[in-house]
Amino acid sequence: MSVLIIFIQKAIVQGICILYGALGEIMTEKSGNLNLGIPGIMYMGGISGLMGAFFYEKDNPNPNALVGVLISLLCAFTVAALGGLIYSVLTITLRVNQNVTGLALTIFGTGFGNFFGGSISKLAGGVGQISVKVTGSAYTAKIPGLSKIPVLGDLLFSYGFMTYLCIIVAVLLSVFLFKTRYGLNLRAIGENPGTADAAGINVTKYKYLSTCIGAGLAGLGGLYFVMEYSGGTWTDNGFGDRGWLAVALVIFALWKPLNAIWGAFLFGALYILYLYIPGLGRSMQEVFKALPYVVTIIVLVFTSFRKKKEHQPPAGLGLPYFREER
Amino acid sequence: MGENYALELKQITKRFGSVLANDHVDLTLKKSEILAILGENGSGKTTLMNMIYGIYYPDEGHILVDGKEVSIRSPKDSHHLGIGMVHQHFKLVDVLTAAENIILGLPGKTMLNMKKVTAEIQALVNKYGFDIDLSQKIYEMSVSQKQTVEIVKMLYRGARILILDEPTAVLTPQEADRLFDILRNMRDDGCSIIIITHKLQEVLALSDRVAILRKGRYIDTVETAKANVQSLSEMMVGAKVDLDIDRPEPVSPQKRLEIKGLTCRDKEGIKTLDDVDLVVNSGEILGIAGISGSGQKELLEAVAGLQAAESGTILFTDADGNQKDLAKMDSVEIQELGVSLAFVPEDRIGMGLVGDMDMTDNMMLRSYHNGKGGLLDRRGPRQLATTIKDQLEIMTPSISSPVRQMSGGNVQKVLVGREIAQNPKILMVAYPTRGIDINSSHTIYKLLNEQKKHGVAVICVIEDLDVLLALCDRIAVLCGGKISGVVNGRSATKEGIGLLMTKHEKGGEQ
Repeated sequence: MSVLIIFIQKAIVQGICILYGALGEIMTEKSGNLNLGIPGIMYMGGISGLMGAFFYEKDNPNPNALVGVLISLLCAFTVAALGGLIYSVLTITLRVNQNVTGLALTIFGTGFGNFFGGSISKLAGGVGQISVKVTGSAYTAKIPGLSKIPVLGDLLFSYGFMTYLCIIVAVLLSVFLFKTRYGLNLRAIGENPGTADAAGINVTKYKYLSTCIGAGLAGLGGLYFVMEYSGGTWTDNGFGDRGWLAVALVIFALWKPLNAIWGAFLFGALYILYLYIPGLGRSMQEVFKALPYVVTIIVLVFTSFRKKKEHQPPAGLGLPYFREER
Repeated sequence: MGENYALELKQITKRFGSVLANDHVDLTLKKSEILAILGENGSGKTTLMNMIYGIYYPDEGHILVDGKEVSIRSPKDSHHLGIGMVHQHFKLVDVLTAAENIILGLPGKTMLNMKKVTAEIQALVNKYGFDIDLSQKIYEMSVSQKQTVEIVKMLYRGARILILDEPTAVLTPQEADRLFDILRNMRDDGCSIIIITHKLQEVLALSDRVAILRKGRYIDTVETAKANVQSLSEMMVGAKVDLDIDRPEPVSPQKRLEIKGLTCRDKEGIKTLDDVDLVVNSGEILGIAGISGSGQKELLEAVAGLQAAESGTILFTDADGNQKDLAKMDSVEIQELGVSLAFVPEDRIGMGLVGDMDMTDNMMLRSYHNGKGGLLDRRGPRQLATTIKDQLEIMTPSISSPVRQMSGGNVQKVLVGREIAQNPKILMVAYPTRGIDINSSHTIYKLLNEQKKHGVAVICVIEDLDVLLALCDRIAVLCGGKISGVVNGRSATKEGIGLLMTKHEKGGEQ
């Protein structure tokens, strides 16, 4: 029983990392931009948030947890959004190929994370010595009282605040996309930018904003990993392939934020399943780690069978938009 | 004087590089009137309208709305001035509902109350007698329903001046009549409507006045009541034109093709052709009529061997009486028998021609496999390209410039010319005159008639029923993949064919 509870807890923690990335990517893709730079952007968000908190605590004899949290959140979101801005300038204004730009950004972002991770490790006195104790503890603080309820408390209330924030963001994003005028405009741009343009919508502005905000959101996933999952330290390439899982989750969730919530928990569970199955050899472990991708491929196969228009990616995904080429 | 006009254009000029698209055009649109703008392709109709709608900005001249001078820099500006445009290619988002498309991009409360919005639009729909379901998704709609959504969209945005670019190109005659009724309703309600078209019959039936453009220049505006087909077309072309399409009697027709029980399915398993029986004779032109997507393309492709038949036979009889079943042969073998297909798809280039290649290379697409050895023989195709260019008066800088850069009419001439040069026994053309002007169209009709005189069996799919009725010896009407009737081109009426186009069982005279 207790193993099961731990498994579910860990699955949710893994899932939240991925969910932030997926929400950011959904926001971006709804505008017709396929940002494959999300994995790199998540690295950028993670290291920037960590650096913010690190310098704050380093220069401050009596750091305040709330200030540390706000600084790290702001740093993570801003730098990740800047990553999105690089992507936007290249693909929207300069109309560079989206796939190439995204992949380049992923390589850049990973390097960015490892470079600065190494730098602050050195400042802190060695690998694994980075300490953001006060801020880190605020991230990992559980809900007092509620988390003490047996079983239920462990399952539902034993996470840091970013977990709940993520669920709220998912719900808000869903409301935004499907219940507001701006969401309708954004979806129209992703489907058919020419039509949206003719309807008087500022396509460029929407694309820039959704790509940058989406990247910022994804950056929070990186921060979550660094602060809550790793407890406030940096390991080179520690984030692994979770960024790609986030991109896969977007497809799995059929571009719907609410689907992404349970999809993320499923992906999280599949991602760590190998640790909980006794007697797996090295090679079998790798096979198990690939499960989320296998599931995504199966979903792709099924959605292509059904051919339902609502389940397809935004029709304008990956295509640059030229007004003159109408 | 000025306040009577909803819209005035004064001395509008627009250049694209060295090309003069509009040369000092004057135009007036009265309140509560339907103005038709008539002109051949490339006469500058669409450019002019795009300037009113804010897609282009005029180089010279003034635009006045309700007597006041305005500057229209984007579609948004034109919305504010109450100008709406329904484009030839609809600007709708497929996965959204009609109501969502209508309110797209409009300012308003952040949270959407679809119920309230839908009720507002519904009131408008009822007022003018439109027939649409606002909660239906666009991709589930027919072309005429989509067009209705576009018109409602413009009205909901407060358009008092509505521009329609070739609105009837995609409609059946009945649907077009219904559209005209609605447009008249709107006019009587105080809207001003501009309709761009090159179908003279429609101009005469619908409009109050007609403005004629020729080669970017404004020719004249005349009262429709005082005009007729002949006078309008002369103003449009600038010279006396022979509008009659020649229809020689078929010379000793023989059965060339006999289709029996032909059934085809598409990838989703839906029947695109359903038990089609059809006879095609040599020396005659057989027209195929039908709403677009009724199986015209599939029928031609099945004969050409590009589409696998699920069941049925396509018996080909050559001049000596030998018979072969085309349904069992592949496309290359069929080509060798002399079955030629010139298919002009909606985007013109795509099937048949390669846009980035020049005329010579496009000629070679047909003949490259005849060469000896591994190297290509370019000389023959080059000669052919030159001949076609001269004979069909194709306007292109040279035979080595990419086909993509030619105008639509010229591309079609290249395609039809190439197919005719194969000396076919059966010539199939689809939409050979789609979107091209009267002069070029008549050149192509003449080409088809020449082939007919040479004893070729010609099958043509043409959308314009007036042309079909003037050109064809017999007309087969397709409806939902079935032949709903085969009528005599000399005695059939437009209304009769229109009925068959929407009728789902067999009928009509053989």
